[in-house]
Parts: sequence; structure tokens; C-alpha cells
Amino acid sequence: MMPFVPLLVILPLGAAFCVVAMAQVNWMRRLTAPLAIAAVLANLVISAMLLGFGDIRFFVGGWGPESAIGIELVCDGLSKLMAVTINLVALVAFVFAVPYMRRFTKVWLFDSLLLLMIGAMNGVVLAGDLFNLFVFLEIAAIASYALVAFGCEAEELEAAFKYMVLGTVGSAFILLGVTIIYSLTGQLNMAMVHSLLGKVGPGGPAVLLAAALLLSGLALKAAMVPFHAWLPDAHPSAPAPISAMLSGVLIKASGVYVMARIVFNVLGASDRLAVILMAMGTLSMLIGVLLAVGQWDIKRLLAYHSITQMGSAAQVASRPSPDMALAGLCLFGGLFHLFNHAMFKSLLFLSSGSIEQQTGTRELKKMGGLARRMKVTSFCCRVGALSISGVPPFNGFFSKLIIIVALVLAGHEVLAALAVFVALVTLISFIKVQRYALEGAAADAHAANAVEAPVLMQTAMVVLAVICIVSGLAIVPLGEHVLGPAADALLGAGRLLSTGGAP
Amino acid sequence: MSTGIYILAFAVLLAGLYAIVAKKNIVKIIVGLLAVDYALNLMLVLVGYRTGGTPPILVEGQTPAKLAAAAVDPLPQAMVLTSIVIGLGLTALMVALGIRLYERYGTFDTNRIRRLRG
Repeated sequence: MMPFVPLLVILPLGAAFCVVAMAQVNWMRRLTAPLAIAAVLANLVISAMLLGFGDIRFFVGGWGPESAIGIELVCDGLSKLMAVTINLVALVAFVFAVPYMRRFTKVWLFDSLLLLMIGAMNGVVLAGDLFNLFVFLEIAAIASYALVAFGCEAEELEAAFKYMVLGTVGSAFILLGVTIIYSLTGQLNMAMVHSLLGKVGPGGPAVLLAAALLLSGLALKAAMVPFHAWLPDAHPSAPAPISAMLSGVLIKASGVYVMARIVFNVLGASDRLAVILMAMGTLSMLIGVLLAVGQWDIKRLLAYHSITQMGSAAQVASRPSPDMALAGLCLFGGLFHLFNHAMFKSLLFLSSGSIEQQTGTRELKKMGGLARRMKVTSFCCRVGALSISGVPPFNGFFSKLIIIVALVLAGHEVLAALAVFVALVTLISFIKVQRYALEGAAADAHAANAVEAPVLMQTAMVVLAVICIVSGLAIVPLGEHVLGPAADALLGAGRLLSTGGAP
Repeated sequence: MSTGIYILAFAVLLAGLYAIVAKKNIVKIIVGLLAVDYALNLMLVLVGYRTGGTPPILVEGQTPAKLAAAAVDPLPQAMVLTSIVIGLGLTALMVALGIRLYERYGTFDTNRIRRLRG
């Protein structure tokens, strides 16, 4: 299986360049979307196959485990979970994009940029050393800046510029943090840094400065409150498949995932970091949901909910309890919630895109009565809404239940109560979406004349809706084979990533 | 001596951050981001620098251990090259966005580029 690991990065990157070259030839321009879909499909198959194998370390360029300077790709439980999530959502987004992007010119640019972003995100979750982590983060970020501005309307450009300035500052902080860690330890490999930092002592002022820089940079990328200002502008401005990718995967792969990696596998989880992460997570949860309720733009509403859900995942991924078994349960809940959020938030963004395409508006007040005219879209939108609100038996219910139970067991009853409150407010805001968009009478002629979206868009939404239902019911096998190893990868930091030693 | 250079690099970083936070002109914000980028590159090189160090090239008759004791650290230099290239890409995209913004709004003033609520 070893040679397949780098393919996860190579395939999308290679396809991205091929797409640009193919677009220059007239008859090949039509083949760019199929090529992109084929590359992502191959990636999904590879990442699903990797699930069946143990942890894999791949040394790029044959530097081997004894060298400190080679580039290492680490494919452990958490990387596999993230890779499957990324490629699954990417495939669905690409299928959805085929009919959706027809209104734009130069669709091949979109294909190429999205492939770049996917390849870079796969690189982020596989990277075994800090500097390559930064490089992949930057590739994903630059592709996403361009994708947010893809429509070139005034609002989109403004949102993209805001996103770009904040994202660049975040990346600068991350690079400065990496620089400080390198100057302290002389190493970039995450496992070696972890063991060397243990010797330096994790409480020194330089380590704290590096931790603060890394965490604030990553919190900017993950849109944690108080670093969230760019997200409600940037995510709704992008075309719908991109919104689904940004909200569904990018803020996880380059935000929460890297945060968890850095905290657990590089700096080493400590109570001080746990308190910071928990505070940021809880704040994001509350502020995000309270801002979401008041929104009338369906995509902005969804974007605010992304802040909320990332907050609740970060809150429990902070090791709220020193007890290993409890911390494992918390991480299990948090990671399951990450996966679920990727599914239902992409589903919701895709159905909002389908609604926007068919009615020509994103304002909830201008829709109405769509349940009768757009049956498939409405059904999928409802499945997504029920999942995100945590209604049984959808997947969101199980992850929220695990999170709340784990918080109570860890002795944080107040936080558990807040989580229940947030779930209720989420339900209210989605009842609003149902009430204004799907039920009632059509608000204007556009809404009254809306027809169902093209078949490919329906297919994409139905696939995600089915996953939302199935992954809720299949929680036991999922937990055993996918999520359990992922949580272990974070907690058992020393096991695989320990210095040297064959896997 | 080297502490002084670190402080200077940090001063450039802070000046860049100040421009990003306080300035209202898109061009000045871009210049601020560039300053941050340069300061970081400078710091990366400084981390590997050694006063009176030799170039990290193995010459004939020299053992690797001797070289490691005398030469500057080459790894940050490799990193800084990557970082510079990333910075170039970012700058190009930023300037392109700035030009498009000027076409749409007719101004570089961020106070007048405010159609979004957030």
C-alpha cells in the first residue's frame, strides 16, 4: 500500500496542471471536468482502501527514517479519516459543479483551482513535518482565495480580499511559530519535535510564544471566535460547490485538524492549552449560533453555523479531562462530529446552491413553497437540517449525544448544558429555513416558477443525504474501524510517530 | 549583534502588522503584508545563521562532522526559498484582486468598499 500514499497528493496536483494544458486545445476543453472527477474518484478509492491497512510512513525521495531532513508523509488513523472525508466531499462537489458551473465562463479554471485545493488538503492531512504542513496550508489557502473571488462580482472580490488579508496574517503567524520551534529544536519532523520539546520543557517562554502564534494562526484558519470575521463573508460569496468545500472540508483540514495535530502530537496536550481551546470552542459555539438565527441570507446562515459546529468540535478535541479513556471518548465525539459536519454542511450548501440557481435568490423571504416544486432538493435540505440540529436517527444526533455525554462525564456540566442550548437554537434557525424556503406560498414569480434542479445536482445531494442517514445508523462499525484509530492517533502520540523505528 | 538583527526583523514585522490593521488603502495593506512576509523570511534565515560560519558545502578533505561544526545551517535557507516563492504567488494574487476591486468600486479606500455586512 505504501506507494499509493503520495498518489493522494500527486493525482489532484497533476490533474490540475493537465486541466490547464487541456483547456488550451479546443476539442479537449470538454474533457476537463471528467478528468477532474476521475482524479478525485481515484483518490477516494485509494483513501478508502487505505482504511483497511495499518499506519504507513512514506519517506519522499528515499531519505529514510534515520534522516532528520527528509519529507515524511504519515498516514495514521486520523489522516485516513480526514482523507476519506476530503475526497468524498470533493467528488460530490465536482459532480454537483458540472451543471451548476455552466453559468460561468472558463469553467476549467474552476476545475484546476479546486483540484489544487484538494491536493493541498490531502497534503495537509498527510504531512509529517511542520514546514510541509505550512506549504500545503498555503497552497490550499491561495487556491481558496482565488475560488472565493471566482465570480468577480464586487461583493465576491471584497470578501476574497478580506479573507486573503486575514488568511495571510494567519499563515504568517503559523510560519513564525514553526520558525521558533525550529530554532529551539533544530527539527521539523513532528514526532522528533515532540520528543525534543519534552526535553526542553513545554513550559518555557519560547515554546509558549510558538504555541500562541501557532494556535492564533490556526484559529484564524478555523474561524474560531474572535478570529471569525472573514468566514460569513467569504463562504457565501463563493459558488455553491466551493462553499460546500470551504465550509465542509477546508476549515477542518486546515483549521481544526491541524490544531488537534499540533496540540496533541507536537506541543503535547496540557491543561493550559486545553483551557484555551475550550474557551475558544465554547465562545464560537455560542456566538456563531446566536448570529446565525438572525440571518435572512440562506448561505450566510449556513456559514455562521459552520463557526458554531467547529467550535463544538474544537471544544471537545482539547482533552477536557486528564483521564485517557474520557479524553478518548471526547475525541471520538469530536472527530465523529467533524465527519458528520462535513457531510451535512456540504449537503446544506449544495441544496442552497440548487435553490439559488432555480429561484435566483438567496434571501429566505423571497422563496417559499419550494417543497412542492423542488421535491428532491427540499428532501435533501430537510435531511441536512435535521442532521445539523441533532434529531435522531440522523448522524448529527449521535455525535452531539457523545459530545454532551463525554462533557458531563468529564465534569463540565455547564458546557454540556450550553451544548444542549446551542443544539436547540440550531433547530430553531433551521425551522426558520424550512418555514420560509420550503413551506408556505411562493413569495414572488421567481419562486413560483422554480423547477427541480438538473439530475447531476440531484444525484450529488442524494448521495450526501444517504450518507447522513447511514453514518448515523452505522455508528458502531464506523467507530470501531475509522474513528477509534483516529482518536488513538492523537492520544497515543508516541506510538507511531516516535523517533526512528520502523512502523 | 545577532540579537539586534532579530529585533530589527521583529520591528519590520510589527510595522507590517500595523499597516494591515490601521491603513485604509488597499495598496498600503498589500505593502504591509509584504513587509510581514519579508520580516518572516529574514527571521528564517537568521535562525540558521552563524557568525563567522562557512558556506554549507563539503569540500575535498573535509569531514561532515567538521563541516557541521563550522557551517551555517542550510535547511532554513531551503525553507526561505520556498517561502519566497509562496510570497510571490500571494503578491500576484493580491495585486490582481486589488486591481479588480479598483475596477468595480473605483477606489482603493476600504471605507468605501463596504457592500458586505460582516
